Amino acid sequence: MKVYLFYFLCILALYSAFMVVISKKPIHTVLYLTLAMFCLGGHYVLLNAQFLAVVHIIVYAGAIMVLFLFTVMLLNLNKEGEFQKPALVQVAAMAAGGILMITLVGVLKQTDVVMAKDPTMTQIGLVSSLAKVLYHEYLLPFEVSSVLFLSAMVGAVLLGKKD
Amino acid sequence: MNAISMNDYLVFCTVLFSIGVAGVLIKRNALSIFMSIELMLNSINLLLAAFSVYMNDPAGQVFVFFIMVVAAAEVAIGLAILVMVYRHTHSVDIHLLNRLKW
Repeated sequence: MKVYLFYFLCILALYSAFMVVISKKPIHTVLYLTLAMFCLGGHYVLLNAQFLAVVHIIVYAGAIMVLFLFTVMLLNLNKEGEFQKPALVQVAAMAAGGILMITLVGVLKQTDVVMAKDPTMTQIGLVSSLAKVLYHEYLLPFEVSSVLFLSAMVGAVLLGKKD
Repeated sequence: MNAISMNDYLVFCTVLFSIGVAGVLIKRNALSIFMSIELMLNSINLLLAAFSVYMNDPAGQVFVFFIMVVAAAEVAIGLAILVMVYRHTHSVDIHLLNRLKW
């Protein structure tokens, strides 16, 4: 059951990622990327990483994709094929991506990754066990990231302001 | 029934990453390029989480959390820059920005 779900999510995620690249209208790109994000959230659930799954859905599918949608809407970008690269460049880009994929898959398929644990048995993805690590060993980076957020917010407001 | 192996995650994330690379190379719309970069970031995130689970080390998942934090900040700043570029050039075509090369 889990294996079938894994392959279903894989195929759906790859399809929507491919459509992100293929589709011409920016709004379709955003919607397909949202679908891909939900598929990746399902992958986190399959990995028994529940905290990450919830955070991923909230942050990516919830916040970031809404930001993208608002940008497409506010800038009125939704014109089909407004600017496209020439066909030769597109074919070359596809070939470059395909060659990269073949190389990486070919290399990684030969590696024998030895895994110590059965993933279905692990409990590390649960909120309680992850919080212990986050608030003990990584407390300082956690606090520093809040400062990063504050500076990002100030920067975004400053950039967005009309001067 | 055989379980999902680490190699499945490796291949899946690699293919997703390559699709993101192809998207960055193909698109001329700055917004679409930004979205392809998000796709690449997410494939690496999933791979990190998968390694963390298979190695039984919670530090990997904490790092995925931090990457998500940084990505959220990056998207906010990036879209603000994009809006600013649009306000100045009335387009998000990256070919209008080729002066940045020099």
